[in-house]
Amino acid sequence: MTAKAQAISVNGLTRRFGSFVAVDHITFDVGAGEVFGFLGANGAGKTTAIKMLIGLLAPSDGDAHVAGFDVKTQRAQIRRSIGYMSQRFSLYDDLTVRENIQLYGGIYGLSDDQIRDRTATLLESLGLSGSAGDLVSKLPLGWKQKLAFSVALLHEPKIVFLDEPTGGVDPLTRRQFWELIYAAASRGTTVFVTTHYMDEAEYCDRVSIMVDGKIATLGTPAELKAQYKVATVEDVFVRLARGAKASE
Amino acid sequence: MSNAVEVRALTKRFDKVVALDELTFDVAQGELFGLVGPDGAGKSTLFRILTTLVLPDAGSATVLGFDVARDLWDIRSRVGYMPGGFSLYPDLSVAENLEFFAAVFGTTVEEGYELIAPVYKQLEQFRDRRADALSGGMKQKLALSCALVHRPEILLLDEPTTGVDAVSRREFWDQLATLKASGLTIVVSTPYMDEAMRCDRVALVHGGRILEIDAPAAIGSGFERPLFAVYGADRYGLLKILRAYPEAASVCLFGDSLHFTAQKQVQVLRSAQDDSVAELTAYLHANGHADARVEPIAAGIEDSFMALMGSAA
Repeated sequence: MTAKAQAISVNGLTRRFGSFVAVDHITFDVGAGEVFGFLGANGAGKTTAIKMLIGLLAPSDGDAHVAGFDVKTQRAQIRRSIGYMSQRFSLYDDLTVRENIQLYGGIYGLSDDQIRDRTATLLESLGLSGSAGDLVSKLPLGWKQKLAFSVALLHEPKIVFLDEPTGGVDPLTRRQFWELIYAAASRGTTVFVTTHYMDEAEYCDRVSIMVDGKIATLGTPAELKAQYKVATVEDVFVRLARGAKASE
Repeated sequence: MSNAVEVRALTKRFDKVVALDELTFDVAQGELFGLVGPDGAGKSTLFRILTTLVLPDAGSATVLGFDVARDLWDIRSRVGYMPGGFSLYPDLSVAENLEFFAAVFGTTVEEGYELIAPVYKQLEQFRDRRADALSGGMKQKLALSCALVHRPEILLLDEPTTGVDAVSRREFWDQLATLKASGLTIVVSTPYMDEAMRCDRVALVHGGRILEIDAPAAIGSGFERPLFAVYGADRYGLLKILRAYPEAASVCLFGDSLHFTAQKQVQVLRSAQDDSVAELTAYLHANGHADARVEPIAAGIEDSFMALMGSAA
């Protein structure tokens, strides 16, 4: 893989809060068009790492490039090149479906024509045309998450960051969500995703497992299972994360 | 033995939305009872009615023999409730949250300590930390401690493991098993099918109704179509090509494989199953998936859940 083909390149990235090292010299690359699973236990440092990658938090040490831009000096360019959705916040509950799409289209700097065209396409592809005028607060969680993902892709970013996009979502809707992820990846979008559902870890091209601020292991699901001689990525995760908890 | 929970034709509407639609079921004393279903199925509304926070529009429900509409305080003092999202006081410390919940129920942390000890011991070193500075797994342990501190007879847990990592989830369910062994009745909702498997019985809820209610192992046995696991490197390509297969009823991602359901009624003959595998494998090989492998498998609860939800939608 050449440097140019890498969507994300992380080298010794570190973040300290006082004496606490939340992210401790992590190093990895994510290839363009890859679906990369960024796993870890609660408190392992995932969210801090993501905040640095999307330019919301300055690293204490090390460096990282996202879509070719430096996270320390080119934050504005990074924000234009990425989409982001989190489980905790993604859409405005008191705006309608259509208003949310229009708002984000405006924020991302799309023209009125682009917003109109993409709104229509998005509503139709999600089967939400009949609900365009409904408040987002009225949508079931699964629909909200699918809409939030599509809105995060509205400006056709090179990379999309998804922080626990399927938390609390039922099995059927989670799968529909992952088909949206695959569809985006097949169009060349790089997907960087966190999840606590270990069956979803199996859907990723490669996964990393973060333990106590460090990347404890990284590889394809098949490689990790072979390396640890276990049947599932969940078994790999439990083995690595449980060791960390015992010493907490 | 009387039932811990009895729900009869329970109905609740919010404007035009029917959240609960003549729901009827029982939970036995000491049972670990699971509720699974999509968001909006009515699970949280059911918890709010059982904890006397919301009144039903029609039908009735009793908790520990007390009526949810009439015996508010009898129920509240005997129920431990973990609402979705944990509902802790973010600007109180771990110890303060626990003391507050104990005080509300007219008891002390010391009196309830024995019951909460297995959970709370893991938190005690953080007792002065504000609740909003806890990780998801620790918030969950604190919320469970707060729900247990007044020594309730029944626990009502609304998605207690959402947003919690796989190791903390296992620990949490180990703790539930211990609490169940002490005689506590537990009603718990979850989006995780591996957790549903650890319940005595599970109800699949959809649109305010129960689609099925049974022991988790028995729920898979109602699956009436031939089911196959399909393995291959290009998962998204396989998904699309399997959907185009003439006999496909449903195709979905499933861990390290895809699950393919055929339209035919169940084939008991081994030879017919072998033919299906050979036909499907040949189809995939002919369509650019030379590494594709097909295996007949038995349905699990997750397959049944998706089939029932798919047909109910």
